Amino acid sequence: MFSTKNFNKSKPILFILILFPSLLWAYQFVIGNLGVNPIEKLMDELGLMALRLIIVTLMITTLSNIKAIKSIVILRRMIGLFAFYYVCLHFSTYIVLDHFLDMQFIIQDIIKRPFITFGFISFLFLIPLASTSTNKMIKKLGFKLWKKIHYLIYPVAILASLHFYVLVRADKTEPVIYMGIILLLLLHRIFKKLTRPLLAR
Amino acid sequence: MKILGSEITPYKTYLNRRKFIEGSFASALLATVSSSVLANHNTDPSTYNQFMNENDKVNSYEEITTYNNFYEFGTHKKHPHLNSGDFKPKPWSVKIDGLVKKPMTIDLEKILSKVTIEDRVYRLRCVEAWSMVIPWQGFQLSELIKMAEPLSSAKYIQFVTVFRPEEMPGQKKRTINWPYREGLRMDEAMNPLTILATGLYGHEMPNQNGAPMRLVVPWKYGFKSIKSIVEIRFLDQQPETSWETLAPWEYGFYANVNPTVNHPRWSQGTERRIGEFKRRETLMFNGYEKEVAHLYKDLDLTKFY
Repeated sequence: MFSTKNFNKSKPILFILILFPSLLWAYQFVIGNLGVNPIEKLMDELGLMALRLIIVTLMITTLSNIKAIKSIVILRRMIGLFAFYYVCLHFSTYIVLDHFLDMQFIIQDIIKRPFITFGFISFLFLIPLASTSTNKMIKKLGFKLWKKIHYLIYPVAILASLHFYVLVRADKTEPVIYMGIILLLLLHRIFKKLTRPLLAR
Repeated sequence: MKILGSEITPYKTYLNRRKFIEGSFASALLATVSSSVLANHNTDPSTYNQFMNENDKVNSYEEITTYNNFYEFGTHKKHPHLNSGDFKPKPWSVKIDGLVKKPMTIDLEKILSKVTIEDRVYRLRCVEAWSMVIPWQGFQLSELIKMAEPLSSAKYIQFVTVFRPEEMPGQKKRTINWPYREGLRMDEAMNPLTILATGLYGHEMPNQNGAPMRLVVPWKYGFKSIKSIVEIRFLDQQPETSWETLAPWEYGFYANVNPTVNHPRWSQGTERRIGEFKRRETLMFNGYEKEVAHLYKDLDLTKFY
């Protein structure tokens, strides 16, 4: 049985582990050790990390249904905020390094290219999630409303994986795996919702 | 920019050419060099930079050989460099068939003994909106076409890449319907800019760049420049090409570099030159407008992209 205490203890280690890649890539970028096309590489790594963290938060919710590791859910907020952190870095790399703040071009790019549209909407939906993450906000909004807002994680996950799927030119294996995981986790939730009233009867 | 001392006579023709080329706003470097250049194993960019216009600097040997799209060796840019070690480009022969007077299977050695190897420094623009400048060695495709004596009914040429899943691990996975195929219209194939390249930077063509012989069509997106060619077919109809078959809404048969025709995934208006921080404007026909625009004067380039 893993208690809340166990999971709380793991938080600082987890914090450093998840933060570390961003520091490493930033360092490698500065010293010119990110390959031949460093801006592309940086953007890809940051985006992939963000997508993986989003999926991890969904997994945590599912895992918390298992009694023995129920308290794992206390890790979800931190990982969710890290996902937002990586999305922000990914998006700023695109705006600042890739397109040098050429806003006219960027707006056109977001409108015209479906994969960028998906990614951008996914980013927008993450903002209310990140900004209502504190205990204070949960109290202020009430748990029911807060929970409703946080259902946005589903479109966020779907759009983010679609963003990756469309970007890949030929070998779609990796994005398909992510989409499959997201779909399974979603199905599990729907299944749970449908069966609950039956059990109550 | 360094100018080569005039006392080095063998390169004088280079310099004369350079003047002409800058005047016509094309930086294709057209000069015949002795085959010794091929054996020089030269990786010094300055050898080539002095013949380029101020805007273009050749990319380093490392950049050109570690960042490649060659899905036969894997879909990541570094895969061709990492996974092409087992590929055996020697011995090599090419099958020439279809609408020709002399269908044949010919050794590459034999082809090379009959053609003139030249240095060609070309811009390469990938459809993914990055670009490089590469010093190729090769010969004009037109020389090989003349050898094959095409029939007057031959209007198109199709090229086929070798299929060797044992040596090309990417081919074990069906990302593309192997073997990779590409094609050109006959007048595009005969254009003097179109070459079959057999070396770069004075090296024999590295495996990851399409050993031992690949096409280079500098005014088209990089995917047209098919690598490791084993078959050349002369046809009367527009041939099937790999990327067009995979995603016709994204990749056309012509695939001319064109900043005004949008691609659903990448803006084609700008590009990142590998090694540069800021993006640069993409030029019509990749800057080779003078040499090739006449080929398309009757073609609606927004339809035939």
